Amino acid sequence: MNKSGSRVINAIGRAVPTTVNGKPVVPYKGIGKHRPEGKKFGPRISFCADFPDDGDKRVVTLQDALLKAGLKDGMTISTHHHFRNGDLIAVQIFDIAAALGIKDLVWFPSASFECHAPLIKYLEDGTIHHIEGSMNGQLGRFTSAGKMKGTGVLRSHGGRYQAVQDGEVEIDIAVIAAPTADFFGNASGVEGTAACGLLGFALVDSQYADKVIVVTDNIVPFPCIPWQIQGNYVDYVVEVAQVGMPSKIVSGTTEVTKSPDRLLIAELTARFCQHAGLIQDGFSFQAGAGGTSLSIGIYFAEILKAKGMKARFARGGSNQYLVSMLEEELVEYILDGQTFDLEGVRSMRENPRHVSTSPFTSYNYHGKGNFASMLDVVILGATEVDVNFNANVVTHSDGVLLHGIGGWQNCLFAKCTILPIPLFRDRIPVIRDEVTTLCGPGELIDVIVTERGLAINPLRTDLIDKIKDSGLPVKSIQELKAEAEKICGTPARIEFEEEIVAVVKWVDGTILDVIRKIKA
Amino acid sequence: MIYSAIGRAGNDGEKDRSDCLITVELAPSGGVQISLVSKVQALFGESIHALCRQVADFFEMQHARIIIADKGALPFVLAARLEAAIKKVLPTDKEFLLDMLPENSYSSTWDSHRFSRLYLPGNTPSLMINAGLHKPNAVILDLEDAVAHDKKNEARFLVRNALRSVDFKGAERMVRINQLPGGLDDLDVIIPHQVHVVLVPKCENAHQLQLVNERIAAIQQKNKQCQPVWLMPIVETAMGVVNVFEIASSKNVVAVAIGLEDYTADIGVNRTPSGTESLFARYQLVNACKAAGVQPIDSVFSDVADSEGLAQNVIQSKALGFEGMGCIHPRQIRVIHEHFAPGVQEIAYAKKIVTAFEVANQQGLGVVSLGTKMIDAPIVKRAQRTIKLAIAMNKLSPNWKENTTDFENR
Repeated sequence: MNKSGSRVINAIGRAVPTTVNGKPVVPYKGIGKHRPEGKKFGPRISFCADFPDDGDKRVVTLQDALLKAGLKDGMTISTHHHFRNGDLIAVQIFDIAAALGIKDLVWFPSASFECHAPLIKYLEDGTIHHIEGSMNGQLGRFTSAGKMKGTGVLRSHGGRYQAVQDGEVEIDIAVIAAPTADFFGNASGVEGTAACGLLGFALVDSQYADKVIVVTDNIVPFPCIPWQIQGNYVDYVVEVAQVGMPSKIVSGTTEVTKSPDRLLIAELTARFCQHAGLIQDGFSFQAGAGGTSLSIGIYFAEILKAKGMKARFARGGSNQYLVSMLEEELVEYILDGQTFDLEGVRSMRENPRHVSTSPFTSYNYHGKGNFASMLDVVILGATEVDVNFNANVVTHSDGVLLHGIGGWQNCLFAKCTILPIPLFRDRIPVIRDEVTTLCGPGELIDVIVTERGLAINPLRTDLIDKIKDSGLPVKSIQELKAEAEKICGTPARIEFEEEIVAVVKWVDGTILDVIRKIKA
Repeated sequence: MIYSAIGRAGNDGEKDRSDCLITVELAPSGGVQISLVSKVQALFGESIHALCRQVADFFEMQHARIIIADKGALPFVLAARLEAAIKKVLPTDKEFLLDMLPENSYSSTWDSHRFSRLYLPGNTPSLMINAGLHKPNAVILDLEDAVAHDKKNEARFLVRNALRSVDFKGAERMVRINQLPGGLDDLDVIIPHQVHVVLVPKCENAHQLQLVNERIAAIQQKNKQCQPVWLMPIVETAMGVVNVFEIASSKNVVAVAIGLEDYTADIGVNRTPSGTESLFARYQLVNACKAAGVQPIDSVFSDVADSEGLAQNVIQSKALGFEGMGCIHPRQIRVIHEHFAPGVQEIAYAKKIVTAFEVANQQGLGVVSLGTKMIDAPIVKRAQRTIKLAIAMNKLSPNWKENTTDFENR
């Protein structure tokens, strides 16, 4: 079966299709090479007379709201991941659609989690045609096995904003699950039993979707303040018993690592940053939610404290450690994309210096700039890196799709991008001749830090110069690769079927790489 | 040993990583069949098959089923597990040895620093692989308390293979054998593979150490090896404390460690944070070691999360005269080094004394003095030792004498 038409070799040497799910697509041309033309997507003009003068947009059930929104075959339905693994709404939407016999929907989530595995039955029975967003865990395995009807599309958070803004994806119905809302549709993430911090991932949906439904379990009298989502974009408001599971909203990766090897990586990363002069008064950084990243944040805090310096801003994912840096005035502002724990939620609610952001401000590549490229240091993860510093975050070395891109691609534009990663995981070397799936071009990836030494991208002669007398264990990426293979052995090449099961988009909407079906 | 039809070795529990569980079942016919379930199947399936085939051929297995549940075990682990499983079903004296890493052939000296010795459970490969990266003075591959009774045999093969295939990055290579007499059999398996120090647990008298020395000598003679294997007896009983001088002054002993969990149990008291109940034992051990010219080594500090408590413990320990401590987690290594190492004032004072000594020597003076104070020879000796240590631990530049400010400061 060929679902994707003909193939071309893109600017980074990957064979990619020219059409995906029947629509023409543009192969990756290089960083900053694909210049968009024309105008942004224009949603339909709304009309106040269609809405109640008293502002009360409530309907009784989610099904009523979906039917009023015109739910029908082939529509694109969007949801968001601010409840992470505690989302209770996405599956309900497709339960309703399946019961109504609706087919061939496109699910357009900002990310997926294990709690969405029940959707596999709707992918199997044709209720859902394919997913555009992310396919994590079981959904990823399902996709990799070639079982999804259409071709999956993986986008970064910024790429999702870009795709909607540019009209690549037209959202028919956006369902925004909100911890708190008023009857007009103003919605907030900082209050309510399912408080999750912010709703920034849903911003683009509210702005561009044809119909917008807000679902909440905490209706407050108008006005709901802050209105992170503005009711003027909202068609219907639904009150449900429970919108998310608070215990699962907190991310599983918000504990500082206890692994001695990972602590070693974190410490080496912090020492690199210090020696390379990256940690300065007024600098800015972003570290992810993983245990290693959290430890790096703690080392940063120690360095800042020791030198009497502070960071001007840090980009979240926020968590208790970043919040304590804010409260100890080691960081002046948190510009937050999502809150990973309840301390993050509390801080965002109480502290005006803890600011909610969205993929529009932070990541959108088709805007008049974004915050990501202004960052001095960004700390990211990867499943694999190759000798050209290209990196993979979506598939594992066995070729199975297991993760989404998140904000990862967007963050690569920071002034210094560092990937602290173990040199091998159990027996699997992380540095390969060629990554299984290319998610980020090596020219944007500056430093790889492992427990057995660090490698600096040869393009960054400035960094190489700065740390040449530091005594840090600097090695070439080939040396690191050889060291891992000496211990683990040389891994075999994975063979795939021809069939493309998903494509990886770059931040500008072009096709960077593809994911092929796993050989049975 | 009773041979059964099924042999099993290794671990594949929920939390086990870099390990495997291998089952060998003898069969009446059908050759050697290997079935593998592995999380690294796609990348290393073929190489795992090839290695297991090689091991099976080496032991001349005729007909058997080999079932491997693999969780990312490295080749040295796979080989050890398979050998252990085969040896449960097949009588053989042969040993399947992977090549010794050339970088593992370094030796150690009797007076090496032994501030930190990182314990590595002898049947847990995941903790061995990166142990050297944390730069302990020594690693202890532990066949005794860290290994469950029914895993004692397979742990020997794993430790042997680790000694050959894991690069401990220059750390002194120690093995803690089991309590005698069983521990003597451990020696047969591990001694030929570049062991620097053997830890002898529950040591109570010099005779036990004589048995260990004799067994090591016999093994080395058989293998035509002659590099020294030092001993570090662990005193963990009241009787051991009584006999600690004869223990400390036994042949090849370089250090004596104290084990306070067992000691306090033996004298029937609880171990307390202040440690008053073991003061006698510790004083006795330090004194005996100093008299015998070997290193006294303190017990481990068991609260891994409490680095402040550990630091206090090390400071106390150093004040009593101990020269090292065991670690049960890599996080403890730095704290232990930091506080056993000479302090800033200690180094400054030692520099003054050594400088004064050298000036006196140059001027042909028989008496060393600092200001109006006479300096005795033992004080000079201690200062020289402090300087050597400070340089070894990067606390002082090896060229400190050329640094003029140091001279000005005298």
